[in-house]
Amino acid sequence: MSFSFFVAAGFTVAGALAAMVLRNLIHCVLALVVGFAGLAAVYLQLGAQFVGLAQIFVYAGAVAILAAFVILLTQGVEHSTRPAAAMDWAVGALLACGVFAVLAWAVVRGVARLPIPAQPSDAGVHAIGDAMLHRFVLPLEVAGLLLTVALIGAVLLAMRDGEAGA
Amino acid sequence: MNPLTGYLLLAALLFSIGLAGVLTRRSAILMLVGMELMLNAANLNLIAFWRYGPNPARMTGVLFALFSIGVAAAEAAVGLGILVAVARRVRTTDVDQMNAMRG
Amino acid sequence: MSNFILQLLTWIHALAASTIGHALLMVVPVLVVFPMLFAVTTLLERKGLGRMQNRYGPNRAGPWGLLQPMADGIKALTKEDVVPAAADRWVHFCAPVLMVLSAFLVYAVVPVSRTWVVAPLRAGVLYFFAAGSLMEIAVFMAGWSSRSQYSLLGAMRALAQMISYEIPLVLSAVVAVMAAGSLSMVEIVRRQAGYTGVWPHWFVLTPWGLVGFALFLIAATAESNRSPFDLPEGESEIIAGYYIEYSGFKFAMFFLAEYLGMFAISAMGITLFLGGWSAPFAFLTWIPSWIWFFAKLLALIAGFIWIRGTLPRLRMDQLMRFAWEFLLPMTLCNLFVAGAWKFLPPGVLRWLGCALVLLAAYWLLGRRLEQRGGLARRTYRFAE
Repeated sequence: MSFSFFVAAGFTVAGALAAMVLRNLIHCVLALVVGFAGLAAVYLQLGAQFVGLAQIFVYAGAVAILAAFVILLTQGVEHSTRPAAAMDWAVGALLACGVFAVLAWAVVRGVARLPIPAQPSDAGVHAIGDAMLHRFVLPLEVAGLLLTVALIGAVLLAMRDGEAGA
Repeated sequence: MNPLTGYLLLAALLFSIGLAGVLTRRSAILMLVGMELMLNAANLNLIAFWRYGPNPARMTGVLFALFSIGVAAAEAAVGLGILVAVARRVRTTDVDQMNAMRG
Repeated sequence: MSNFILQLLTWIHALAASTIGHALLMVVPVLVVFPMLFAVTTLLERKGLGRMQNRYGPNRAGPWGLLQPMADGIKALTKEDVVPAAADRWVHFCAPVLMVLSAFLVYAVVPVSRTWVVAPLRAGVLYFFAAGSLMEIAVFMAGWSSRSQYSLLGAMRALAQMISYEIPLVLSAVVAVMAAGSLSMVEIVRRQAGYTGVWPHWFVLTPWGLVGFALFLIAATAESNRSPFDLPEGESEIIAGYYIEYSGFKFAMFFLAEYLGMFAISAMGITLFLGGWSAPFAFLTWIPSWIWFFAKLLALIAGFIWIRGTLPRLRMDQLMRFAWEFLLPMTLCNLFVAGAWKFLPPGVLRWLGCALVLLAAYWLLGRRLEQRGGLARRTYRFAE
């Protein structure tokens, strides 16, 4: 556990928490960007350079902006005056704490049984590309198809009625 | 201590935060965001297991995470598209008020 | 005197040998040179535009107006910093900071000379675009936090434009990545550094490289919000776009970030297609590599200024149509041609064949755009 891990993890958790707690939806999305960037730093720290950069590119650059657009489209720029959380927020939080406790227990117990790993190689872009176009070529094609379908589907869904023929 | 523990605990925490958000927030957009957080937690697990697993040279974890990022992007696009369409009908993104099958 | 210089040189040498010193020597020039270039460019741009519009441009501060950037800087620093009462103060403050930060971050992977690159990442191209996408967040933050319709409209326009043109931008860059077989910008330059006779191996000298470079430049113009794609800040429509509610130094930061973004994306174009720091002819390699880099950069900047002085602004629907109906299919076609190039036997026939395919695609797409692209003269119902 290095210092850089704790910094990155701190940013991730703080961003995620703020995204789920803050009242203003746009603030939530901005906090989410911080969380995603922190997570990308964790990936970099793990030696997965490509995944970390893809994380920033896709999540911070695209998904967060998309969410912000949808917030503006659906409720305008006004502040929401409704309470941020439902009445049963305590129940939800308690449940989440329970889930975390179980997961943490399993992690600590489980990892202790694993052997200490050898020093691994890190993910070169070449190795990723090689794997993607040889062993994983079918999933790659399927993912491409899925993205195309999702693109068309999202456009059709968000289009206004009667605009389709235009 | 095995370095894997820290990453897995972080992933578990992230997952729990996302879960709490999905359970407690009323805005459908934030519920989607919570789901994205949970997906990210799963991704972190994949990368951590790849890095400290028995066979990192095979890149399985990295590839799985990359596909998962791609699928999550598609999911966000479609989910938010549905939200825009729904919000246009019922004039809200509050899931408590989306209670009719016919808009 | 010579003793002093010798001492200085040994000191620099010792500094470069240590890790932190090496990092400092890499980073500090980036933080100094490019903002200086920004100051020079603002003056050149105003002077050049002035000449194109039959006027002198700034000529009051100092001899021939050379001190104009200094005067502008002092003005920006001493101006009152106005924050709208309704603004979201934190986000309003963070937006210009994030903007400048992301603009500087991008320079980490740009190989300025043979030896000067801050972080030679293996996924450098991806890093470049990922760091650049942070700029979109900053634009959104600025537009939203100001609580002004003009700001928000400007931010929405800017975002729609940046996201639409990011796709052709990245796809036209992929061509060079494919040809070099590497995402590392250092490696891409090294692949273009060789010579056949006196001619360099620059990618721009191939048909797909030429088309890719042109497409990249068009998308880059849109991505850095420059004329004729400057709708986000169209002065006659929404005054200054997303940074209208900023004044004083914060405004200067947006200005700086915009120009830094333009330099960075030009540097990317140079790296991908114009051989980075390599000399244009084999017999000119004795000139230091960083001079070539900055010469190319200044040439591209001059091109940007020229375009700004020449072309009128597009309309929003034309802008979007151009991105999705012309640039995107053209980049895909170019990608296909670049792939075919790798497998065809080298020779004149390959060159001609690839060029023909691209020309045909250009002709077909261009004709389509002309017929259906809304380029025809529009009659306004209420404005007559």
